[in-house]
Amino acid sequence: MTPVEQAGTASVVEVDSLQRLEQTWKDPGGFWGWFTHVNHRSIGKRFMVTAFAFFLAGGVLAALMRLQLSRPENHFLGPDLYNQIFTMHGSTMMFLFAVPMMFEALAVYLVPLMVGNRNICFPRLNAYSYYIYLFGGLLLYAGFFTNTGPDVGWFAYVPLSGPDFTPGKRADIWAQMITFTELSALAVAIEVICTTFKMRAPGMSLNRIPLFVWAQTIVAFMVIFAMPAVMLSSTMLLLDRTVNTHFYNPAEGGDAILYQHLFWFFGHPEVYIIFIPGTGIVSTIISTFSRRRIFGYTAILLSMVGTAFVGFGLWVHHMFATGLPQMGESFFTAASLMVVIATGTQVFCWLVTMWTGKVVLKSPMLFALAFFFIFIMGGLTGVLMASVPVDLQIHDTFFIVAHFHYVLIGGAVFPLFAALYYWMPKITGRLLNEAAAKWHFWLFFIGFNLTFFPMHILGLRGMPRRIYTYPSAMPWRNLNLLASTGAVLMTVAVLIFIVNFFWHVKHGEIAGNNPWGAATLEWATTSPPPVYNFAELPTVNGRDALWDASPQQPIVTGLDDDCRQVLMTHVMDADPDHRDEFPGPTPIPIIAAIATSIFFIGTIFTAKAFFPGIILTGIALLIWYWPKRQASLRRRKREIWQR
Amino acid sequence: MKRRLLFGTLALCFGILFLASCHGNQSALNSAGPQAARIERLWWLIFSIILAVYVIVLLWLGTALWRRKTTVSLNTFPPPQKDLKPERGATLVVGGAIGLTVLLLFVILTASVLTGHAIANLNSKNPISIDIVGHQWWWEVRYEATQADQTVVTANEIHIPVGQPVVIKTSSADVIHSFWAPNLHGKRDLIPGYENALWIQADREGTFRGQCAEFCGHQHAHMAFFVIAEPLDKFNAWLANQVSTPPSPIDPLAKQGEQVFLTHTCVMCHTIRGSGAGAKLGPDLTHLASRTTIAAGTLPNNRGNLAGWILDSQSIKPGNKMPPNPLKSDDLNALLTYLQTLH
Amino acid sequence: MATLTRPPRPVLDVSHTPTVVFGNRSIIWWGQWGMMAIEGTMFAIFIATYFFLRTRETDWPPGFALPAMKWGSINLVILVLSCIPNAMIKRKAEKGQLQAVRLGLIVMVVIAIVNCGIRALEFPSLNCVWDGNAYGSATWTLLGFHTFHLVADTLDSLVLTVIMFATPIEGRRYQDVSINAIYWYFIVVTWAATYLVIYWAPRWV
Repeated sequence: MTPVEQAGTASVVEVDSLQRLEQTWKDPGGFWGWFTHVNHRSIGKRFMVTAFAFFLAGGVLAALMRLQLSRPENHFLGPDLYNQIFTMHGSTMMFLFAVPMMFEALAVYLVPLMVGNRNICFPRLNAYSYYIYLFGGLLLYAGFFTNTGPDVGWFAYVPLSGPDFTPGKRADIWAQMITFTELSALAVAIEVICTTFKMRAPGMSLNRIPLFVWAQTIVAFMVIFAMPAVMLSSTMLLLDRTVNTHFYNPAEGGDAILYQHLFWFFGHPEVYIIFIPGTGIVSTIISTFSRRRIFGYTAILLSMVGTAFVGFGLWVHHMFATGLPQMGESFFTAASLMVVIATGTQVFCWLVTMWTGKVVLKSPMLFALAFFFIFIMGGLTGVLMASVPVDLQIHDTFFIVAHFHYVLIGGAVFPLFAALYYWMPKITGRLLNEAAAKWHFWLFFIGFNLTFFPMHILGLRGMPRRIYTYPSAMPWRNLNLLASTGAVLMTVAVLIFIVNFFWHVKHGEIAGNNPWGAATLEWATTSPPPVYNFAELPTVNGRDALWDASPQQPIVTGLDDDCRQVLMTHVMDADPDHRDEFPGPTPIPIIAAIATSIFFIGTIFTAKAFFPGIILTGIALLIWYWPKRQASLRRRKREIWQR
Repeated sequence: MKRRLLFGTLALCFGILFLASCHGNQSALNSAGPQAARIERLWWLIFSIILAVYVIVLLWLGTALWRRKTTVSLNTFPPPQKDLKPERGATLVVGGAIGLTVLLLFVILTASVLTGHAIANLNSKNPISIDIVGHQWWWEVRYEATQADQTVVTANEIHIPVGQPVVIKTSSADVIHSFWAPNLHGKRDLIPGYENALWIQADREGTFRGQCAEFCGHQHAHMAFFVIAEPLDKFNAWLANQVSTPPSPIDPLAKQGEQVFLTHTCVMCHTIRGSGAGAKLGPDLTHLASRTTIAAGTLPNNRGNLAGWILDSQSIKPGNKMPPNPLKSDDLNALLTYLQTLH
Repeated sequence: MATLTRPPRPVLDVSHTPTVVFGNRSIIWWGQWGMMAIEGTMFAIFIATYFFLRTRETDWPPGFALPAMKWGSINLVILVLSCIPNAMIKRKAEKGQLQAVRLGLIVMVVIAIVNCGIRALEFPSLNCVWDGNAYGSATWTLLGFHTFHLVADTLDSLVLTVIMFATPIEGRRYQDVSINAIYWYFIVVTWAATYLVIYWAPRWV
């Protein structure tokens, strides 16, 4: 019998105990108190708001691009500004919106709730990772607003981005922004892995972990193995630009293709890092709104794992035009096609779930269904790109622009809106307006297709990407105008969402604990949850926690409520393992983030910032780590060592 | 009804794609040579497969949604897992779909690899060999010959004879560019430190536009070129003309123009064989008047455009490497006359 | 004391579970391994970069003398031997033996500082500069990257030593010592790889 099955006899819940929990777990209010929060929901909300703000900024940049391209030989934006804008658009969307939102924001907020615990692992690191992300984004935009924005494309190929062809600070700012955002993502990755493996509710064995949590955990592993590559490629670029190394300088033994290998070794997994959380969201929502457990849990899980692994073996398909040996190219074609099997498996399981379930078409489900129309089209055009000969025609044209917007918006943005409509009631306690949601959906769906579908044709008609204008003699005028019109619809749709958001805060229908009748543990507590997440820490009886719960499902007791004590469980079956204590509110994460930023930002301007920056960071880390006397004494009194 | 609407819309979309893309110059679906033709065939094969898959998946989805008959309450939880039976039928369906996917992917892989082999090179003992060096933002075109004085150097315009294999060897003088003439073949990058080779052949006469397809800086948008495929005798005549050195100008205005060229900044970047100017920073202008466009395909080559370009190229291609040249009007006039003698 | 009146319900009482654990039961262990996975990947990718650059040259090192072996090899020997006291301190920490841990920490700090000193002698004996050829850039960066970890662990160990002497000791401090020992193993293993690449690759490859 598992410990949950062995659970003992009854006890009464003391209301005083809840008050003590509230006292222990609350984060301070007030302006200065805000900077000391370590609660995962507080930090998660910050990630969401900041990432959404960057999404809007990226959208504005896109609107400017579409304005410029709506007519041939347009003079709205000159080449320098246009080149900065498309670089900023890509960098914002990829580094400052997609990963921070799909992975960091959603995982930080939802994973601890879904595994039934009180906070995310390493709370101070969590807060630190938010500030680092914020400062990196601010650095990039500070550059842009002072005409020092990067203008070399979001992947900044050398030699164009190297010291010979992009003088000044533009590319340095870009490269260091990467360092900030990757550090943030890596920190969150460690937290998510630790939370998923060591902090689950008793009874939640590995094969009972919700697919959304699995998705985020798999992504966390991908982040750990992919981000170092871009850290290296951008740092080596910085070194070439600031201290005269020659990594990418062919005249001195360096190599321009090296950059591409390093970048894309990160870059391809990056898109799966963005996409896999989307599939986790779709699995969750389809299950809830088909009123049945997901069909093919194991197949879907293995598909996500398979996508993650195979995703590391595809990167060269971004480099087919560079003139690689044919044998190598064929391998990458095969791998790029193979990954379709994994994604296809998930799609088939979802279809079967809906076919055999009872579908309820509420707003989260609408957005999740858009995945089928949009992502799948993008994925299928991806098959064209996997084929080297065809890719040689469509690479670096608007066909590719169409493809990746179909997969990213279909595979991430639509699922993200689905997630926001689905989980917003949990976060704020109220439902968003369904009628407005439908307007948002249809305008965004139609606008998106109007904007991006014509780009397939433009690419086939020879329009390359990253051009600030085009001759009127080329047959590209009408489709560009059509695309720009679609962008207007998308803008209106997003505005409707924003209005809906502000409206619902005061006027939305009260959600209650579980407005969707869903299965996962976050719906077992109030909306919004109390600061300690669960009044009664749950145990779990099956894969769909609330649907499989027995009428007498045990709760966890025995944790101290006068300090932030947290239950850690064993990896395989989530049996209770030990109790640990998490830190309370503290300003050290933001102080350390400021020190780190001084180091990162200072060193792109002068080598003299190196030692002061490192020393400041070291001091901040010292204060972070230094034990607090009272806490140590208290813990020592209650210590129980493992046997 | 919903299903038919859906299917109809899709068919319309793809019909548009089909018809809309077969549009003329610089189109991947309007092949003028064997490489592009093979690629086009492969494109249509894969496209048909993915279109069919898309339609089937959407039909499956549409039917699943259309089938739902009851309005279900979200307040009742579904029964717990332990009360449910294994779903064998569903497993078979998913298994079958995966099997079909694998099969189709294998077909695509095979077709792709075979096409790749076929277009890798055009086995030819004596191809015409052209070196293309990428510059920001123009194309240096060299026809190497065994004797140094038979080498042809021109810019932004490539002539090839119809029906003969040509090997293009690409490299770059600065950043990465990409040579792409979609009517003839896929693209090949021009990478500093590497030399790549691309085999092309035109099977019909025509002027085929190409464009740089790798972002290379400010004027990436204005870095086009033309491949002119002509009958062998016309090609040979063109080549012979390009090899020759133009005679010294006889017309006094043209003579004055040559002096303007040699005494202004022009001579610091441009070569005109026979005049003594030998700088290699900008395009070789020896046979400028024989080219159909200037500024890497940006403007037609006529007196007015040439004047505008010389006086202030920055207003046409802002950020390009050629400075403005505020010449006095009679100097400009003479220079233009001289340049227009350089056939 | 206010109570809710409601029917009794089953509970899982975890109040008897330990609060001090070691090895993969402890979340700090997981955090440390996560960090090592990240940094290890950085090393692996950088070493791959080094060999990629190698394929672009005919001579290696191109135009430089071979790096002198002496200091790097001494470094290797000391680091490998230091695994013995490192293993001992880890065992003692997991048993909560304060005096042994204090002594062990002092030994490890001294070893670490000596290594830092040797490292300072290694850089000039590489016989190349970071701004003359990609080989020099790669060699200096690889050595610098490992040096960063060496210095970080030296400072870590120093701070930990002070803490073990100067603050109230609780189970967590022993966990930290145990984890720091794992970090030291990481330094040794990555040094073995770095050493082979910097000093032997130019001679063998």
